[in-house]
Order: sequence, then C-alpha cells, then structure tokens
Amino acid sequence: MPPTIDYSAPPIIQIKNLFKSFGSNQVLTGFNLSLWQGENTAVMGKSGSGKSVLIKCIIGLVNIDQGSLHVLGHNLPDLTQKQLDVLRCDIGFQFQGSALYDSMTVRENLEFPLRRHPEKLGEDYNPDRLVKEALEDVGLLYAKDMMPSELSGGMRKRIALARTLILRPKIILYDEPTSGLDPITGKEICLLINEIQKRYNTASIIITHDLACARITSNRMVILHEGKNYTEDTFDRLAVNDDPPVKAFFT
Amino acid sequence: MIKGLKKLFLNTGEMSHFAGRYFKEVIFSPYEFQELLKQCYFIGNKSFTLVATTGFIMGIVITLQTRPTLVEFGAASWIPSMVGIAIVREIGPVITALICAGKIGSGIGAELASMKVTEQIDAMEVSGTNPFKYLVITRVTATTLMVPTLVIISDIISLGGSALVESLKGGVTFQLYFSRVFEYLNFGDLLPSVIKSFFFGFAIGIVGCYKGYTSTKGTEGVGRTANQAVVVSSMLVFIIDFIAVLVSDIFYEL
Repeated sequence: MPPTIDYSAPPIIQIKNLFKSFGSNQVLTGFNLSLWQGENTAVMGKSGSGKSVLIKCIIGLVNIDQGSLHVLGHNLPDLTQKQLDVLRCDIGFQFQGSALYDSMTVRENLEFPLRRHPEKLGEDYNPDRLVKEALEDVGLLYAKDMMPSELSGGMRKRIALARTLILRPKIILYDEPTSGLDPITGKEICLLINEIQKRYNTASIIITHDLACARITSNRMVILHEGKNYTEDTFDRLAVNDDPPVKAFFT
Repeated sequence: MIKGLKKLFLNTGEMSHFAGRYFKEVIFSPYEFQELLKQCYFIGNKSFTLVATTGFIMGIVITLQTRPTLVEFGAASWIPSMVGIAIVREIGPVITALICAGKIGSGIGAELASMKVTEQIDAMEVSGTNPFKYLVITRVTATTLMVPTLVIISDIISLGGSALVESLKGGVTFQLYFSRVFEYLNFGDLLPSVIKSFFFGFAIGIVGCYKGYTSTKGTEGVGRTANQAVVVSSMLVFIIDFIAVLVSDIFYEL
C-alpha cells in the first residue's frame, strides 16, 4: 500500500528560485521544488548537474547564493548555527559513500548523533534501545560491535541509514543510495527506503542515476536539467515522455 | 615569485584565522572531555617509546661526542653541566618537537584529510555535532598538553643516558652526575624551555588540523596533507624556537 500524501497541506520543503554557483560555474540557476510529508521524490540529472549540491543546500552544508529555501517552516539562510543544528535533527542525510566513522564501531557510529541531542528524544532517551531498534530496522543487529572496515558496501549503506534513522528524522535526503552496489543489493536498499517511508511517514529526496531505484522508490520524479527543475511527474509518465532531455534518461 | 608570496600570505592568514577560531571555540561548551582524553592517550602514550628511545640515544651520543674534547682540556667535570644545559634548554624540546611533528602532525593531517574526503566531517556536521569542537579542539588541546610532557620525559631520559656513559667511562656515580647537572641548571633554563614546548605542541596540532580540515583533491590530497603538515610544523618549530630564544635572551639580559 503506497502511503497517502496530502498535497493540500503546506509542503515541508519549499525551494523557490534557488541559485548556486562555484566561481564561474553556475550550478543551480533558478531551481524550484516542493516536498510533502510522506512523499518520496527522486531527482535525476546528469553527473555534475548539481543534484548533490541541491541536497547539501537543503541541509545547510552549502550556502545558497539567491532564492528562498524553507525547510519545516524555517528559512534556512536566516538560521543561526545553533538553530540549524536543531533543525538538522529532523533531517537525515545519507551520504553517497556512507561516511561511517572509521575509528568507531557500528554501535558508536549510531550513538554519535545522540550525544548532542538527548533532549530531542525526551524521556525516551535510551541509547541502547534506540541503537537496537535502528539496527533491527535495517536488519543488521548482529553487526553491532563490528568496525566499518569489516562491512560490505551494502551493509555500510544500511548502517548509515540506521544512523540517520536513530534521530527519527522527518525528512531523509539520499545521495545516490544504490551507487556502487550490485542490482540485487541495490534493490534491497530501495525496498528498505520504501519500508522506512511507510513506517515513519518520512519525506525523502532521492538523488539517483539508477532508473530501477527511481521506479521503485519515487512517488514523483524531478528532472534536473541545466540548473533548473526541467520537468516533474510520476516515473511511469516520464518514462513515455518524448521530450529529448527527458527521453535521454530512459533510453 | 609574486604568486608564491601571495599564496604564502594567504595560507598564513587562513591558518591564523583557523587558530583564532580555536581560541574562540575552546572556551564555550559543549566540551568533549572523553575525546580529549582519548587523544591525549593516543598522542602522549603512543609517542612515548619513540621519544624515550631518541632521547636516550641523544643523551648518550652528545656525551660520547663531547667527552674526548673536554677530557683533553682537563674539563671532564664540566660534562654533566654542559650536557644538562644543552639538553634541557635546546636539544630536548627541539628534537622531541620534531619527532612529534613527524609522528603526530602527519597522523592528524592524514586522519582529518581522509575524514574530509570520505565526507565523515560533513556527516558530523549534519548530525548536529560541531566537528570543529570534536576533531580540532580536542586534538590541538591534546598536542598542546602532551608535547611539553613528552619534552620533560625526554629530558630526564636523555640525562639518564648521559649519566650512564659517564658512569661507564668516567666512573662518575649517578648521584654525583645529577648533583653536578642541577648545580648549574637553574630555573631560568627550565621555564623557557617548558613554555616554548607548549607553543611547539600548539603549532604541531594546529598545522596538522588546519591542513587536514581544509584538504581538497581527494585521496591524492591525503598524502600531500600529511607531507605538508610535517614540513610546515617542523619549520614552525624552528621559527618558534628562534623567537623563544630571542625573548628569553632579553629576560636574561635584564
């Protein structure tokens, strides 16, 4: 059962006319996007088209040049560092290379985000139980005391996802969740993304090149072309679109 | 030439800004005590064997090298005081700092650079933990505290090595050797050398962290960062030593 998404409610991420450049390289030139609670949106674009920059803007790792960027009701450029840190608890970020802390065990990796935000979980604060739950969510409870170097690529992605889930984010940003994985493991990760969407009603932006991943996970797809949101629609409808920049992704 | 100078000034400015940020952030909570202790353990304890071995060898070598000349002049009784002053004032702090620059500076540089490349620093940032506090403040504070400690240990072991040579070659007892050392070694020799060791430690930590934290160019950058961290911090050790000697010289004159 796909989750029901209330499109009449205000979006939880609203990006209007976003501009970002690095030196003379114009990456985003007037990008618009809205994301609703419980919705998975896949963003597709060529390599170097600014997909990763887009989600790094949303989490405040990259400052925007122009435009407005509202996340969970806050305009990101107006926030102080402290406010941004609080907001970041509600946004999970899945890095392309997993970005697990090499010097820590899986358990310590998962506990790390909790260290500074015990207040977020209120009386419920119990690191051991939360670690166990998050690992159960991704089916890797047995890896609790392993080091990241002992894990396979797929396991690393799952553990990184567990680390993201531990703060119960409202939004998860996935940067190429299936890159570097074989098709079977890739599919497992995609199904896991859907599972998380259903269980926690999270909204997600999924940056991907992988058509299979976009088909499985997305409720809506956005094509990022020449720094703009070129077009958006469901996967099935975009797949039969004859417009050359769109068609290029599906052939 | 002008381009090189520009780059040098730019780098120096950025590194000073980085050091300024350290002082700004070290005061305010949250404090990462556990990580600080862990870093002190890694930096202090793990460098101990290296520092102790080199210190011991330096003590032996200096004594062996100076002995024939002094004996020729009939000044063998001056060996403990001369070696003692040389080691405490200059050789102990500088050699220890250089070893630490090589071992600790490169380690910190490479570790932070690879964390940067694999987006681990970004991951800390997005999880709402200030990576500067967790990674930089702890490491720089640990080197600032541990390098002087290692210098003092190295001084003691060097003098032990020197005393060993004297007892074997000159028949001097350990007791006589050390009483001769402390007869000529005063507080004015010890204090500046310990103070400058704090600066050495700070320089090693800040250079390693700055180079690692601002590393670019992927995995290739990791090796380059480690290399630059050693080169720059070794050079800074000599510059700080030069300034320290000039400043303490002024106080001696007074």
